[in-house]
Amino acid sequence: MFAKPLAAAAAALLLTGAAFAQDSIIVQSTTSTANSGLYDYLLPIFQDKTGITVNVVAVGTGQAIKNAENCDGDVLLVHARPAEEKFVAAGYGTVRIDLMYNDFVIVGPEADPAGVGGMEDVQAALQKIAGTGALFASRGDDSGTHKKERALWSDAGIDPTTASGDWYRETGSGMGATLNTGIGMGAYVLTDRATWISFANKQDYTVQVQGDADMFNQYGVIPVSPDKCPSVKVEAAQTFADWLVSAEGQAAIAGYKVADQQLFFPNAPQN
Amino acid sequence: MGEALGLAIGLVLSGDADLAEIVGLSLRVSLTATGLACLIGLPIGALVAIGRFPGRSAVLVLMNALMGLPPVVVGLLVYLQLSRSGPLGFLGLLYTPTAMIVAQTILIAPIVAALSRQVLEDLHVEYAEQFRSLCLTTTQTVQALIWDARYSLLTVGLAGFGRAVAEVGAVIIVGGNIDHLTRVMTTAIALETSKGELALALALGMILLVIALVVNGAVQTIRMSAVRQAHV
Repeated sequence: MFAKPLAAAAAALLLTGAAFAQDSIIVQSTTSTANSGLYDYLLPIFQDKTGITVNVVAVGTGQAIKNAENCDGDVLLVHARPAEEKFVAAGYGTVRIDLMYNDFVIVGPEADPAGVGGMEDVQAALQKIAGTGALFASRGDDSGTHKKERALWSDAGIDPTTASGDWYRETGSGMGATLNTGIGMGAYVLTDRATWISFANKQDYTVQVQGDADMFNQYGVIPVSPDKCPSVKVEAAQTFADWLVSAEGQAAIAGYKVADQQLFFPNAPQN
Repeated sequence: MGEALGLAIGLVLSGDADLAEIVGLSLRVSLTATGLACLIGLPIGALVAIGRFPGRSAVLVLMNALMGLPPVVVGLLVYLQLSRSGPLGFLGLLYTPTAMIVAQTILIAPIVAALSRQVLEDLHVEYAEQFRSLCLTTTQTVQALIWDARYSLLTVGLAGFGRAVAEVGAVIIVGGNIDHLTRVMTTAIALETSKGELALALALGMILLVIALVVNGAVQTIRMSAVRQAHV
């Protein structure tokens, strides 16, 4: 009585084992580029041109780097420059290239309990939030945005983790989940602008703090090194990275808009 | 709720190709995992049901406890094995539906084993004397018990399927939620939630519920017609 299901199961396993075509790569990516729909826009253009399928695993920058270090990706696309440079220095990546940028913003409820609405100086804004004890929801997941947030707190001379669980709420989740949680509890949230513009559950939240040079958000692309990871698809990965930073790829990035707003600004060095 | 319901109906009626792909993969992965979990879990459940051996009660506690395996832990364990840097990395199975099937099989095999053990043990108490008088071997006893309890065991299988098709923690780690490759209903729901598309996420949840209803209904129909035939 087990013969049939066994055969069916074996067949299913064999079929799925061959799921990866030769010309496909895995990109370990930050979530903002995926959640904002950038890949849905870019990847079909790239695939039409090269025939290479790009499979995106969208996780936080910290996890993406860890996965790439385990050789579970061909290209890394994240936004935490010091961590990226460490990744390349340790030999996991061949080279790190600036790809595009946007900026971080602090969003908050209309009531603006800390009175930071319209501020540009992010240090002063964070000091005000901490001073009033207004709720602040942090990613708390070692993502690129979380690394940035910690650096901003540190620059502001505040250690918010001493208030963890009190006014400082670490969700330990992705950007979207943290926005959902933060909005649910009326907390301020630091987010990249791309995720915010394309986020659909804003309720009465708006951008409260923006425009500080410290809120710059640089994305980088790194092909994973075949020296550390022999399984990496070198050529296809390089083709993808080269296309992203080419004039054509950069123009495609600039052309992606949500609600008439450009989400990512290409800034790869052009030769 | 109303908006989500409208969206769900609209999605289904529009025959959305992406949705069909995601639903198809959910079914393929979870049904295959259920089949495999039954192949592994039923014999184990049956052997423990009829066996008398030292440490049996400890085995029972362990089997029952494993029903509570957190999916995310199973996902991590499978990830560490299938990762390129792990012992089975050379297979290249990470981020494939196969990896998802493996994870869900590990997740639900204990459920099938523990629940079938209970069903078969109760049945065995009834038949034990008869089996002894017929001098059946262990294999024959197991076969006879499983065959006789087949309709109850269908429910056990459905419990396993329900757990598999509803979990997100394991498949999102070993599958990666890759569009057109490893995206299933639950990971799609998680993704839409994280995009703040709450109505769409809920609509997908409703569709998932309907799929579970259809699968359960189909099994129920098979079972009832088989029971009717048996009484003719």
